[in-house]
Amino acid sequence: MLRLEKRPNPSRFWLYATPVVAVLLTMIAGGLLFAAMGKNPFEVIRTIFWDPIFGQFAFYLRGQLLVKAGPLILIAIGLALGFRAGIWNIGAEGQYIIGAICAAAVGLAAYPTESRWIFPAMVIAGAFGGWAWAMIPAILKTRFNTNEILVSLMLVYVAETIVAKAATGFLKNPEGMGFPGSRNLSTFPATANPELFAGSGLHWGGVTALVMAILAWVLLSRHILGFQIRLAGQAPRAARFNGVNPNRLVMLCMGASGALAGLAGMFEVTGPAGQITIDFGTGYGFTAIIVAFLGRLNPLGIVLAGFIMALTYVGGEMASTNLGLPDAAIQVFQGMLLFFLLGVDMLTNYRIRLRAAGTTVKGAL
Amino acid sequence: MKRRTLLTTAALALGLAASGQAMAQGMDKVKACFIYVGPIGDGGWTFQHHQGVMAVQETFGDKVEIQYQESVPEGADAERVMTQMALGGCNIVFATSFGYMDQINAVAAKFPDVKFEHATGYKRDHANVSTFNARFYEGRAVEGLIAGRMTKSNKIGYIASFPIPEVVMGINAYYLAAKKVNPAVEVSVVWAFTWFDPAKEADAAKALIEQGVDVIASHTDSTAPLAEAAKSGGKVIGFGQASDMAEYKPSPRVTSIIDNWGPYYIERIGALLDGTYAQADIWAGIKGGEVLIGEITEAVPAEVKAEAEALRDGIAAGTVHPFTGPINKQDGSAWLAEGQTAPDGDLLGMNFYVEGVTGDIPQ
Repeated sequence: MLRLEKRPNPSRFWLYATPVVAVLLTMIAGGLLFAAMGKNPFEVIRTIFWDPIFGQFAFYLRGQLLVKAGPLILIAIGLALGFRAGIWNIGAEGQYIIGAICAAAVGLAAYPTESRWIFPAMVIAGAFGGWAWAMIPAILKTRFNTNEILVSLMLVYVAETIVAKAATGFLKNPEGMGFPGSRNLSTFPATANPELFAGSGLHWGGVTALVMAILAWVLLSRHILGFQIRLAGQAPRAARFNGVNPNRLVMLCMGASGALAGLAGMFEVTGPAGQITIDFGTGYGFTAIIVAFLGRLNPLGIVLAGFIMALTYVGGEMASTNLGLPDAAIQVFQGMLLFFLLGVDMLTNYRIRLRAAGTTVKGAL
Repeated sequence: MKRRTLLTTAALALGLAASGQAMAQGMDKVKACFIYVGPIGDGGWTFQHHQGVMAVQETFGDKVEIQYQESVPEGADAERVMTQMALGGCNIVFATSFGYMDQINAVAAKFPDVKFEHATGYKRDHANVSTFNARFYEGRAVEGLIAGRMTKSNKIGYIASFPIPEVVMGINAYYLAAKKVNPAVEVSVVWAFTWFDPAKEADAAKALIEQGVDVIASHTDSTAPLAEAAKSGGKVIGFGQASDMAEYKPSPRVTSIIDNWGPYYIERIGALLDGTYAQADIWAGIKGGEVLIGEITEAVPAEVKAEAEALRDGIAAGTVHPFTGPINKQDGSAWLAEGQTAPDGDLLGMNFYVEGVTGDIPQ
């Protein structure tokens, strides 16, 4: 018989071991899945986790990992601030899209002017767009006590409709022969967010993500606001006695995560994506939720988690094209990661006891 | 097979100069790679491309090695997937959605020895980029004729995806063919703003049926509109879109437009094998076999069926063009004079309704 027993204190060992164990379990279960599909599991796992970093085409793919990880890390850091405080912004995808639209609108309004001030203005517009979109669930929560999970999630679908409208209407390329899509911002020097070193994959979004990770780490571990965020998440009542204003915290955390998601959208639309298209949102905002938890809601952990997640994308594509795995199998593989993470995470707060008839066997993990 | 090709002379000259000698020799084996915008199981657009790919494999056997990637988002991911394919030794890369346009041109610049083929696009920035599309509007005309003959309420509907020339062209062709056989007919257009979303498509079909529409054509890929029509107890009919959708035979699906990419893929890969490959911009239709009209079922009276088949054969023979003047634009201004047929350029950039279609194209 297995029995769960609550630990008096969360286990520090399992706090850090959870992500590692989850990744290993994903590899094992994923390997079984791939084997059941008639593929060599070792070859698939190697293609996903090894080839992008050390394989034949690593010179190209390493940079691509950075391209993919940048927005994930940037969004996840913002989300982690809220999640730590028990504020659940599930709509980062929408904030990412609106940030990109606002930034693109500023850039396109300035077209074809050449000025070095256009790009910074777009950065501000992107952050503002994401922030403003996140303020909707934040204000509704603080004023009318609505559920921020539902409101922020539903606003993703509103944002998706707006981006389709932008691509086919108000931001459409006037020289695009009537086809949807804005002008390609990455082809104009004033609005482009190019690679900072050729072939590195590093653009301003990646730099911003790393800087934000450090700032968020300092905030959480050294600043009074970080203390309040952690306190509100762990002991809401104690936080209130301690003078933490929950409404102020909601506005701050939602606003920060919205602004960071908007920034991610801004760097994406000016760089790798290049333009506003009907399907601009490709799920970074949702994947970032997994990244935030995989990184233990710790900014530095998130950086690592972002790269692991990027690896499953880039490597997953390799496995899909080179080994003929269906796309759905890769998605199942990525889903397993979250599943095992949440499952194993239980061990942080609980221990498993094996109980034989009458006596308690020492099988505590 | 003689195809109508619109070769950009300058680009062709460049392409020949750059690759003429190498190409003339042909190849022993071609690695052909494909990127799909959706899953193969979508039952429509991507499914039909994959059917074409399987036809390639069947035709060339071990002279061709195939790789493909499903559900590639349009944007940075597409660029990475195509780069990986080119690095991995693909000789020719087919990108099967409009949204890959900028990415395919960017990757093509880096790999001048690899051939790139883009479906439904118009940008050929480099000598190794070709574009191809199908004249789906020809199939729309056949549907329109059946709609005009079959409607009892004189109201026919069209579920449109996005306001792009391809779709506007389809609406106009559908309406013109219907009006020709039934001057009292009116067309209602619902914009779904999606290519594939069964729930939204079903809502669009419901809205049309509530307005009294009894023939529905759709430019979206799922079978949801046919499923809605099936609930009407035979009063409402529709058409298969992109694939045959034969499970809704004999009614509500009375016929279908089938995308048939196999012949094109076989021709291009064959040309690469025997050394005759050249940059091209190809827009074939019923005549080239790229657009097939699915079986017209017994739900359609024999004389209407004969009329529709005659239209299909006329288009195939080149004696009938769905856009033949006199045709005015929606605002009453003249577009095509008596007997004049629409130039391809007008069709590819079409952003207006023809006279008689009500409503506005969303901007």
